[in-house]
Amino acid sequence: MLEIGVNHYLILSGLLFSIGFMGVLRRKNLLMLFFATEVMLNAVNIAFAAIGNYYGDLSGQMFAFFVIAVAASEVAVGLGLLILLYKKYGSLDLDVISSMKG
Amino acid sequence: MYESIAFYVFAISTTILFLITVMSKNVLYAMTALAAGMVMISGFFFLLGADFLGVVQLVVYVGAVMALYAFGMMFFDATKDIKEKHQNPALVFLLGGLMALVFVVMFSAPIIGDNIKAFYPVIEGVGNAQAVGMVLFTKYLVPFEVAGLLLLVAMIAGIILAGKKMDYSLTESEAADEEMKIEPNSIEIQKGDA
Repeated sequence: MLEIGVNHYLILSGLLFSIGFMGVLRRKNLLMLFFATEVMLNAVNIAFAAIGNYYGDLSGQMFAFFVIAVAASEVAVGLGLLILLYKKYGSLDLDVISSMKG
Repeated sequence: MYESIAFYVFAISTTILFLITVMSKNVLYAMTALAAGMVMISGFFFLLGADFLGVVQLVVYVGAVMALYAFGMMFFDATKDIKEKHQNPALVFLLGGLMALVFVVMFSAPIIGDNIKAFYPVIEGVGNAQAVGMVLFTKYLVPFEVAGLLLLVAMIAGIILAGKKMDYSLTESEAADEEMKIEPNSIEIQKGDA
């Protein structure tokens, strides 16, 4: 219990990932949906760093760097699209902006 | 001893903060909780010996991404609570719980794998930032350059998507928008009178 191993980090990472996943499932506002995906990306980064530390390997940290870079560009493009959607519909609610029936 | 205390403090605070992010009705609360949770996550990286990754997490996520969200939120009306229609909350919690179980099993699968060897072992005798640089600029040079190109493309896309009609207000009332549209014509009429 007091000795913190890789298991603790991995279980915490899974827990945080499922918190983010629950947010993705229950959110209807697009901006809040983005926040939930950020939570998921951060949870995965913890798992990468923990496994890299456990095996004494730097690849885990490298992949975490690339995840951060991709997340940053995703936010830039995604926020631009959100602004366009808000200009068009006046709302970010998925029920309002959905145009497909079914 | 100190490591375990720090781990549990960070773990409990990140879990609570991310739960606030996911559950809150207010965008500002959600964003602030997300930023605070990311600060706490960088604590894990420092605990794991990934100092440079922790600093990058602080600079990029807490500094850049959250500032981008804050600027993006100036386009939206962030003060009022978000009303979301939930059709079947019990199903969502059931699915979330099941996925939690699956993810915990999936992420803890490396625990039982014992014949894994380090591909790029941690270089002895140098600091973390130096070791990261030595691996990043040799073995991971091509992905690094591709990531730089990706960021350039994202920057151009962000400017083009958000930059059009920047002088046009999104949150003002329709009447104000109408005034803005009418204004050029009235100026022309005044010119015609003169």
